[in-house]
Amino acid sequence: MENLIAGAVMLARWDVLVALLVGSIGGVIIGAIPGVGAAVAIAILLPATFSLDPIVGLTMLLGIYGSSMYGGAIPAVLINTPGTAVNALTSYDGYPMTQRGEATRAVSLAYSASFWGGIFGILCLILLSPVLALIAPMFGSREIFLAAVLGIILVILAHRGQIFAAGMLAMFGIFLQTVGLDPVTYTHRYTFGFSFLTSGIDLIVVVLGLFALSQSFFLLTAPNSSPDAKPVTGRLTAGFKEVFKHKRVATVASGLGVVLGMIPGTGEFTAQFMSYTYAQKTSKNPDDFGKGSPEGLIASEAANNAVPPAAMIPLLALGIPGEALTAMMLSVFYVHNVIPGPQLFQNNIDLVYGLYLALILLNIIVVAFLLVSTNLMTKVIRIPTRFLGVMILILALVGVYSLRNSLTDCMIASGFGVLGLVLKRLNLPIVPIILGMVLGGIMEVKLRSAMPRLKTPLDMIDRPISFIIFVMIVLVLTLHIRTLIKEYRAHQKDEDHDIHETQQG
Amino acid sequence: MSRAKTLQSLFKRYRRPGDLVFAWFILALSVFLLTQIFQQTDFKNSGKLVAQPRFWPAVSLIGMTGFAALHLFGSALSERIEGRWKEVLLWGSAFEYAGWFIAYAMSVPIIGYLPATLIVAVALTLRAGFRSRTAFISAASAALFIVLLFKTFLQVKLPSGQIYEALPDGLRQIMLNYF
Repeated sequence: MENLIAGAVMLARWDVLVALLVGSIGGVIIGAIPGVGAAVAIAILLPATFSLDPIVGLTMLLGIYGSSMYGGAIPAVLINTPGTAVNALTSYDGYPMTQRGEATRAVSLAYSASFWGGIFGILCLILLSPVLALIAPMFGSREIFLAAVLGIILVILAHRGQIFAAGMLAMFGIFLQTVGLDPVTYTHRYTFGFSFLTSGIDLIVVVLGLFALSQSFFLLTAPNSSPDAKPVTGRLTAGFKEVFKHKRVATVASGLGVVLGMIPGTGEFTAQFMSYTYAQKTSKNPDDFGKGSPEGLIASEAANNAVPPAAMIPLLALGIPGEALTAMMLSVFYVHNVIPGPQLFQNNIDLVYGLYLALILLNIIVVAFLLVSTNLMTKVIRIPTRFLGVMILILALVGVYSLRNSLTDCMIASGFGVLGLVLKRLNLPIVPIILGMVLGGIMEVKLRSAMPRLKTPLDMIDRPISFIIFVMIVLVLTLHIRTLIKEYRAHQKDEDHDIHETQQG
Repeated sequence: MSRAKTLQSLFKRYRRPGDLVFAWFILALSVFLLTQIFQQTDFKNSGKLVAQPRFWPAVSLIGMTGFAALHLFGSALSERIEGRWKEVLLWGSAFEYAGWFIAYAMSVPIIGYLPATLIVAVALTLRAGFRSRTAFISAASAALFIVLLFKTFLQVKLPSGQIYEALPDGLRQIMLNYF
């Protein structure tokens, strides 16, 4: 309890509250604009937060992370274009509701379910904290190494249908973090004699190139469009009552969001998909799914909003990010010499509780903001896409150049921007590169520090936690092979098609 | 609906034209990098294999080459989608905007952040095909807002323009610090 109070004291500062307000409202607006997304915004703001206090910078980024999905639901429901990728399934049922004149109900349901999921996720996080504080110190170098290996495997396997591409890009990410001077032997690795490569390739430069610049190039090279979202009329609070009627679906979906959010590499989309499937299978009206079912909408939104708090668990407890946004936040911790991991729960538990409380506040701020300004958001959606491209390019310079005023960084970021554009055009994932870079670095450092205590390779798994993680790795790989065999036997033709199923019709 | 079928339908592979070109490019890149491993990394005679500076570059590049080969294999065996070279040309057109970005970065230390941002915002809006007065006013206003937010208010570290040195004393200091 005293830790919770210490966390509240930490938040009771005007600069923290302003950061939270700016982050939350900014996140909703950014999430509502199709083609921007939280990753772009966080990448741009990242270097700007380095000069702020850790709690100020982190609450701002957390605000954007936690609130973007609320905003993303608006275009998903109103114009069938998800504001963020994780709102894809929301459009599946939200848009048909809009088509039959129930836009207000759909938007209201999306907000209420998101709030339910968000708060459920945070409560789970608060309840789990004492357990985490107990378990986290049991994680030594070998356990964290194995957890990072599990993370990489899950990131690759989570990209079903694109596993080879995801594996190739994750390995590319691991390779990128090895470029430069080796930290122990001080020998050059893949510098090709260039002095600018000696200090390595900066993660933030890569992030800005792959997320921000690539999005700008993507929008600028594509035809201009200006989506027309109609304003909504009526009471937006009605959804809370309706979500309460479907509390079973909302709670199970949130629970799945929490569980899958904790597992590195799986994230919102898998959580959404599992919840949606559950809701459909247990519904009295399964045929309504995809045609405007409120249960489908609730399952999808509750699940994806429960993920951000849960994704903080591996980040805070082990220092292992599960997806790109938490990977970016990790760099904020490092810049301020706050190293997430078992020590954080022992030495900086007030910061951890401060972040939990910030998440609760953020959900309240966002819902209050959306209840009065949804129609303003429908205007934001109409910003022409090529104009957005221009603005993202200008904002990206702030991120890249302010890092260390290096023109070389700008050139490297541009190179990654072009690579990101190619990947986006090809529908190939970008996230494995970022997670490869972060988890690759963790694997290298932790394996090296574990080595002196290992006499045989089997010593790697002679402790309970390391053995459990090892069993999980074997289990994940076995289950994947089993699914592959099952899918091969139930072979279906015409697997390749141009547009993702959630975007059709 | 079986679970496997649902999984399949929701995670279908959705290829786009140009997949094969990218697959060849990334395989060539990974093979090239792998061939450089003996020149670009060291191997210390003392020390365990996993602690060698060459270990992680080797693991990642072998993995990357393997996956790239499998990806190429998958692309080559898939049905061809029309428009491959048109798509590659579009990728090439992104270099123009990369050039804009680098030119913008180069101009900041010379003409200053505020003038560079205003010029790039308006010129790029024109390049993006907008011709209305509203678009140019919006671009200039947004550029001004970005400068005020990041440089004036948040004091983000960006180089000051050499051109500001020519300004009169009082104004010079303000421009150097805040714009």
